[in-house]
Amino acid sequence: MSRGSRTADILVAGAGPAGMSAAARGRECGRSVLVLDDNPSAGGQIWRGGESHSSGSQSTFWFRTFGTCGADVISGARIIDGDAKRRRVIAETREDAFTVEYGKLILATGAREMFLPFPGWTTPNVMGIGGLQALVKSGLPISGKRIVVAGTGPLMLAAAAYFRKHGAVVPVIAEQADWTRLARFTLQLRRQPGKLCQAAALRFALRHSRYLVSCWAEAANGEGRLESVRLRQGAKAWDLACDYLAVGFGFKPNIELGLLMNCRINDAGIESDDVQQTSQEDIFAAGECTGIGGVDLAILEGEIAGYAAAGRADLAKGCFRKRNRARQFSASLRRAFALRRELRSLPSATSIICRCEDVVWQRLEQMQSWRAAKLHTRCGMGPCQGRVCGPILEFLLGLQPEAIRPPVFPARLESLAAASEMEESIDK
Amino acid sequence: MGTFDVAVVGAGIVGTACARELSAAGLRTALIEPGVIGGGATAAGMGHIAVMDDSEAQFALTRYSQLLWKELADRLPADGEYLPCGALWIAADETEMLEVYRKQRYYSQREVPVEILDSQSLAEAEPNLRLGMAGALLAREDAVVYPPAVARFLASEAQHLGAELILGRRVATIGDDAATLDDGIRIRSRSFVVANGAGAPSLVTGLNIQPRKGHLVITDRYPGFVQHQMIELGYLRSAHAMDSDSVAFNIQPRPSGQLLIGSSRQYGSDHPAVDNAVVSRMLQRAFEYMPGLRKLSAIRAWTGFRAATKDKLPVIGLCPGRENVYLATGHEGLGITTSLGTAKLLADLLLNRTPAIEAAPYMPDRSYALHG
Repeated sequence: MSRGSRTADILVAGAGPAGMSAAARGRECGRSVLVLDDNPSAGGQIWRGGESHSSGSQSTFWFRTFGTCGADVISGARIIDGDAKRRRVIAETREDAFTVEYGKLILATGAREMFLPFPGWTTPNVMGIGGLQALVKSGLPISGKRIVVAGTGPLMLAAAAYFRKHGAVVPVIAEQADWTRLARFTLQLRRQPGKLCQAAALRFALRHSRYLVSCWAEAANGEGRLESVRLRQGAKAWDLACDYLAVGFGFKPNIELGLLMNCRINDAGIESDDVQQTSQEDIFAAGECTGIGGVDLAILEGEIAGYAAAGRADLAKGCFRKRNRARQFSASLRRAFALRRELRSLPSATSIICRCEDVVWQRLEQMQSWRAAKLHTRCGMGPCQGRVCGPILEFLLGLQPEAIRPPVFPARLESLAAASEMEESIDK
Repeated sequence: MGTFDVAVVGAGIVGTACARELSAAGLRTALIEPGVIGGGATAAGMGHIAVMDDSEAQFALTRYSQLLWKELADRLPADGEYLPCGALWIAADETEMLEVYRKQRYYSQREVPVEILDSQSLAEAEPNLRLGMAGALLAREDAVVYPPAVARFLASEAQHLGAELILGRRVATIGDDAATLDDGIRIRSRSFVVANGAGAPSLVTGLNIQPRKGHLVITDRYPGFVQHQMIELGYLRSAHAMDSDSVAFNIQPRPSGQLLIGSSRQYGSDHPAVDNAVVSRMLQRAFEYMPGLRKLSAIRAWTGFRAATKDKLPVIGLCPGRENVYLATGHEGLGITTSLGTAKLLADLLLNRTPAIEAAPYMPDRSYALHG
């Protein structure tokens, strides 16, 4: 195992849109940039699979700009530990572990899908919208399959259109938000003609799908294999046969690395100021990890963070106006698609909440704290380290997650054992 | 609330066991806990139910307790994860093998079922151990449990027997007829049991108990990777070094298939943060015994503080200078094992019954436990 040590003026954690634009702008200012990304290739969740799998001039531009900017990129690398005071992190790849000493760190760790439990949600073929899309990208055939899309937000439309393009039938898109909120949101879209056109185009592509509002998936039926989904809209509930149920209740910012580095966290995500600087002097944050805002905002925040980390706040300023507008848009998105209270009563006594440790709802209902839930039921103690069930319990019970400890991702024992040795060799 | 017969301070495994025993004896009992039941050192440890022979007194209490655990096992809830896996004391070389023979004689004389494994049978029993170990002593009746769930079970049994659970409040002081909580409320009681581990010195003066920091690491699920709780015999040397930091190979199979890897002992550190240097030493030691561990995935590392006394025996009984304050602390790394025996002993002392084992070695007035 190598005990390598690397240095970079700017270290970027994550190679999604925000990380890509941050790296490119940092390089533009002549800084050495190292990007660590835990996926096999750049693109993050939204541009997963690289340029060939993403359409649109925006992604083409950024793949090209990022690919030619001269940043060092290590894919399949996870940061497992870090020390903000000493400005260094420890990362692990499949082969080895190494340290990186940085001048500035840009957190562009993105977001993950948020899941909500309902009876049958762990049945095979019930999956996250993003998860199903990723499977299709890697070759899962869905031609002729019936896919019900349920949850919230405009990404449901994009995903449904994607499934249709690959030959699937999408009989229903169930949006939990109500008409009033959707109407208010659509009105705001007037100020963003581009977005309005996108929405109209999507709606046209999905003209054969029913788009139901104030509607959600109440149960997934079928023993061992999904047979149908029970939908609810007001007093009405009915079963709809399907092969897949793709659910998407929005996203949760990946704040773990920020927490580990002692960055302040606010309601939206990792707190950052005008130039995307966090409460830690040498650490910036950009994109979904600062709050869910979509790809446009992520790119702009990345650019600002890249410039600012390179000491060129003057250049960053050029992006402020567009960034602030994108922020307003994302705030209105959050308001429009906030999760309704009824979703809290979906799990039944035997619904699994923690998939790693098979902990069911009735064992958790009475828990007063995340620590009690963990210690007394093992909820969140599995390999996902509470990344799935943590947000669920936060939504269902209002439980706040505990402070974070390294390793922030599961890591090989040999990497943990090497950590102090690597630190010492730097200190010498 | 009226007046309790006894108020137990701390709902770790020792406090909950005491509350259950005292309630069962018909006493009107309060159990007071500022945090989560079983959330202190109880949650931080391995949950090894071990018989130990460091001294006659240690043997008496661990063996007495181990038999109580065996009795209780059938009634423990599934999430208590009682696993009678046995423990292997690993001898790396012939010198350590002498210790295996000595232990075998010691335990056999005292009717504890043990067995000697030679190099080959050890390799067959635990194929992931490095080849060439000299042998091991198998302590057949050693077991493991999941302590926080057991503490919760003991607390709920106490409640069924009439005990009152006061959660979310810390005891600030203990007076003659009442304990004062951090919100100023007084809990009136005829007697008190201080069972808050390393926090005990804040409630009674002169108690010499030091927090001794430990680290543990838990892996993802690898069912069958190890079959027994395993401890290196070098442990005796390292765990007994009272003044210096030490690590020792100690691994435990969890019913989930996860592996719990220890152990470390540090004095003079009161910060709960994980210390990479200690974790590193601890894991390197584990790799020496089980090289295959290197590639396994670790999910979490954490720390805890054991309540350690100078003579490595717990402090059980009436607090010197007090008429109605009893101590049940200082269990160091053996609190899970000895909790049940401690509770019996404490109840016997409090109720003037004759204990099943001699109480003198654990009495708080022995000179090294208290000073000043």
